Amino acid sequence: MWEAIRSQLVTMWTILQHTFTRSETVQYPEEKPYLAPRYRGRIVLTCDPDGEERCVACNLCAVACPVDCIALQQATKEDGRWYPEFFRINFSRCIMCGMCEEACPTNAIQLTPDFEMCEYDRQSMVYEKEHLQIAGTGKYHDYNYYRVAGMAIAGKDKGEAKNEAPPIDVKSLMP
Amino acid sequence: MPKIRIDNQEYEVPEGANLLESCLSAGLDLPYFCWHPAMGSVGACRQCAVVQYQNEEDTRGRIVMGCMTPVTEGAIFSLTGDKASGFRQAVIESLMLNHPHDCAVCAEGGECHLQDMTVMVGHRDRRYRGLKKTHRNQYLGPLVHHEMNRCITCYRCTRYYRDYAGGTDLAAMASHDHVFFGRHDEGTLQSEFAGNLVEVCPTGVFTDKTLVGQYTRKWDLQSAPSVCVGCAVGCNTVPGERYGKVKRVHNRFNAEVNGYFLCDRGRYGSGYVNSDTRLPYPGMRGAEGRFTALNHHDALAEFERLTVGRRVAGIGSPRASVEANFLLRSLVGSDSFAPGVSEQEQPSLQRATALMRSTPARVPSLADIESADAILVLGDDVTHTAPRVALALRQSVRNRAYELAADMKLQPWQDAAIRNLAQEQRSPLVSVTPGSTRLDDVAERTLHLAPGEIAEFAFAVAAALSGGDSAGNPEAAAVAQMLRDARRPLIIAGTSLCEEALLDGAAAVAGALVSREADGTRAPMLSLVVPEANSLGQALLCGDDAPDLATLTARAEAGEIETLIVLENDLYRRGTGEEIDRLLDAVTTVIVLDGMDSATCSRADLVLPAASAIESEGTVVSMEGRAQRYYPVFVPGDERHSSLYWLLCCLKAADHKHFVDINHVDEVIAACASAVPALAGIVDAAPGGSYRSHGVRIPRQPHRYSGRTAMRANISVHEPKQPQDEESPLAYSMEGLNRDEPGSLLPFVWSPGWNSNQSLHKFQDEVGGALSGGTAGARLIEAAGPTTVPEAATPSSIDAATLELIPRPAIFGSDELSARSAGVRDLMPDAYLELSVADAKTLGVEAGDGVVLGGSDTAFEVRIDPSLRRGCVAYAPGLNGCIGLVPRSGVSLSMAPDWKRRDADLIARDGQEGSLS
Ligand code: SF4
Ligand code: SF4
Ligand code: SF4
Ligand code: SF4
Ligand code: FES
Repeated sequence: MWEAIRSQLVTMWTILQHTFTRSETVQYPEEKPYLAPRYRGRIVLTCDPDGEERCVACNLCAVACPVDCIALQQATKEDGRWYPEFFRINFSRCIMCGMCEEACPTNAIQLTPDFEMCEYDRQSMVYEKEHLQIAGTGKYHDYNYYRVAGMAIAGKDKGEAKNEAPPIDVKSLMP
Repeated sequence: MPKIRIDNQEYEVPEGANLLESCLSAGLDLPYFCWHPAMGSVGACRQCAVVQYQNEEDTRGRIVMGCMTPVTEGAIFSLTGDKASGFRQAVIESLMLNHPHDCAVCAEGGECHLQDMTVMVGHRDRRYRGLKKTHRNQYLGPLVHHEMNRCITCYRCTRYYRDYAGGTDLAAMASHDHVFFGRHDEGTLQSEFAGNLVEVCPTGVFTDKTLVGQYTRKWDLQSAPSVCVGCAVGCNTVPGERYGKVKRVHNRFNAEVNGYFLCDRGRYGSGYVNSDTRLPYPGMRGAEGRFTALNHHDALAEFERLTVGRRVAGIGSPRASVEANFLLRSLVGSDSFAPGVSEQEQPSLQRATALMRSTPARVPSLADIESADAILVLGDDVTHTAPRVALALRQSVRNRAYELAADMKLQPWQDAAIRNLAQEQRSPLVSVTPGSTRLDDVAERTLHLAPGEIAEFAFAVAAALSGGDSAGNPEAAAVAQMLRDARRPLIIAGTSLCEEALLDGAAAVAGALVSREADGTRAPMLSLVVPEANSLGQALLCGDDAPDLATLTARAEAGEIETLIVLENDLYRRGTGEEIDRLLDAVTTVIVLDGMDSATCSRADLVLPAASAIESEGTVVSMEGRAQRYYPVFVPGDERHSSLYWLLCCLKAADHKHFVDINHVDEVIAACASAVPALAGIVDAAPGGSYRSHGVRIPRQPHRYSGRTAMRANISVHEPKQPQDEESPLAYSMEGLNRDEPGSLLPFVWSPGWNSNQSLHKFQDEVGGALSGGTAGARLIEAAGPTTVPEAATPSSIDAATLELIPRPAIFGSDELSARSAGVRDLMPDAYLELSVADAKTLGVEAGDGVVLGGSDTAFEVRIDPSLRRGCVAYAPGLNGCIGLVPRSGVSLSMAPDWKRRDADLIARDGQEGSLS
């Protein structure tokens, strides 16, 4: 009984204290809150440190997406890279869960702290590659998938990736 | 059936199996790489390790390879014990030491057996910190992509390519941990079955090159059971579609037909569905001669206006379904319906069909062909006319090896042991053809004769078999002896040479064998190769009295035909240009239903775009008389509809009394079966549209199909309802169950933990055996009782002094549809004529020179084939420039004026590619 009354009083006291703390609510949109870089908002496609398109069109983000709002088609560039011929996100479906970012083996797809995506027309929520691709590396500055992958591309021959030995000369009989 | 114990659980396993097979059949997951159900075991990869215990008391046990261990009564094994699982983990860790970080850009990813096995074993981190070995890739031609870094040296590729398919230009090279799987020199893989490497290799070393440029993961492919329309074998396939394009074709297992493998025409020949010569809209030719596009309502109205109440005739097609042909035949009447094959081919086709229906020998399935122990091939180079048969024949010549193995008590799966035992000993195969064939390397004896002579030879063999006198022909006597000694002799002949007597001869040999073998211990087989996917179905539908193209032309010229309807057929490939022009000029209106633009379409007044076999439902009858159903993989785009739809609408508009109440494919099939007794069995080819597996439909899309709310969001963000399938038991969605359905409805294979095509064993009762749901297709021809054996017929012959034009089909080029597919097109040669050495000398020409056929002005390059029978001039039907040549006609050749030889360099390089390393 006394215990219950004490609890009530403590609660009231705690709440009363909040009257004197700084309010977290801000006068949005005049005032904007700080959003950490890890915040899960509008999705972008990034470039690797050499300025090349990072996405290799592996489709992992698309399959990881719980609402199936990512669609893309792979194609191959002259230099041997895989890239998405088109890359589409239907943001009217996206739930900003970040599963795509987690699935992406190249760090290409990233969520950003921008959440202000309101549109009057739902069709405008469909973003194509040109709306998604940015020039920078986003949150991850150093990773370059092709530097660790075994596939050769122009400028990176077999044996030149990280941790790779030069190609084997199959004609040699040396041990 | 022996009982064994695995991890304290008792299992009953099939006699003579190995432990790996038994585990998989029992539903236990044991990882493996080098073993393949069609190729047996060699114990190379060490991945299938298990612990075997001597007896109850043995607690230590020893590690054995599952794939190399026969199951014996009372044997005790452990799969899960630390020792076994630790060993398997170590094996995969070492396989992954040098594995590239490639999954994201690997065309195997998502259906990679190596990924599956790595996950199954539980290996995750690469602990080794040394450098990774790397390899350079090779260019292997337009069909197969090579990425050697991903190899785990399981040796499946060379075992398949060399041992199974008889290729010589792919091998394991270099030594120790430098082993490399490729060609001696870069260049196109020479085997016509090279594409199977894509499915055989458990990793991404060999992938489908035509897929890599427009890649889609397996989980994103919409697929349905389909049947290859590349030739008359009728291999079962699974085409995969995404964004309205056919991306790739995989094998669909059928224990009695294609088993685990396709030929490259079938695997790579579906690109025509994406071709830009496809017709999207109906077209009506206006007064000024140009086509205007119509929507399908207007097109139907025009179709009806030009058909109903007019004197119509129809030309069907051996590449269209039984149902579409049946509807057209019903529309125009059987007297006015031509099967749509050339005048030269039609009698051969009818003859072949009659012989198959009357022969007392068995008309074999491919599985039967593989069991043959003596083979006589008459006329056809089957590698080019019915490719998958050639691969089966390469297995049948191994029956000698299996016999030897049985004597030594070796199990058939002990692959290396059996090959060592048999070495070059093979079951006899004798090939009697106008020139060399691709099977010569496994043939015991080859004879090169002109078509008429082959027929005479066949009759001589038949005479020798029935005890007649063959003193004049020792070769025939020897072949007769070979067939007499065999348990399951097989005679193969074909229509490709357009020689009826040859077919009679083959049937006479088979008949003579049957009459000798009254005791039933021997089972002679007669296989007659017909040219196209539904040639046999067409012949069964039309019977013997169907008019041919010449008859229709005569009737048209007599004014008896106003409207001619041509179904999925380019007539200019069925006769000379003048003949077809005469026919088309003589009728008032030409209506063409076809999928692609063609010379015939350019002469049409109304063109209706027909959906391809991959976008529609229908039945085709293969050369063994197996009726098989294909289902639409995706809904055809634009204004394309199946021919069946166009024709049924027209029949209904015409108030045709049998069709007013028919609205559904199943009803068309039933109507066809009841109208044509020979086709009564097509109803059983597959279940009807109302079939449900566990009460639900069978999904065309895997359960991880992605992008559903974005795929067409560029067109509209409002997602439409999934297309409904009114016709078949399949659904255009991921909803439903891909489980326990009949084999004819299997849309793709997948099972938890088994993402690759190796998951097939989850759909088989016994690994390597028939599908649990039953083998797809219904055989329409079963061996008749003893009947009259054909009398020796007189082969058609031409004046010995002239040269005779002999069709020698080419796997890449002779089939109309596949020739429009990217990969196949790259492998098509330019038109050429082949001459024997003697004839070339007489004419004074050399290889690379140009010749013209008497009268015409098209020049052909000369090739000299030393094996070719003198007097024969061979050409590959279907190649550009060869269209309109008349098979078996007498021709005279002369040097082409102003012929420019091809770059000598190029010829030399081609030659070098041909000489296999
Ligand atoms: S997961 Fe990354 S690399 Fe793969 S398709 Fe998506 S964005 Fe591109
Ligand atoms: S072969 Fe398999 S494991 Fe290797 S990179 Fe390709 S998908 Fe990944
Ligand atoms: S290339 Fe493929 S099939 Fe051949 S050994 Fe390597 S992993 Fe095995
Ligand atoms: S072309 Fe013939 S042999 Fe080749 S896959 Fe198709 S049906 Fe089979
Ligand atoms: S599968 Fe048994 S050793 Fe390779």
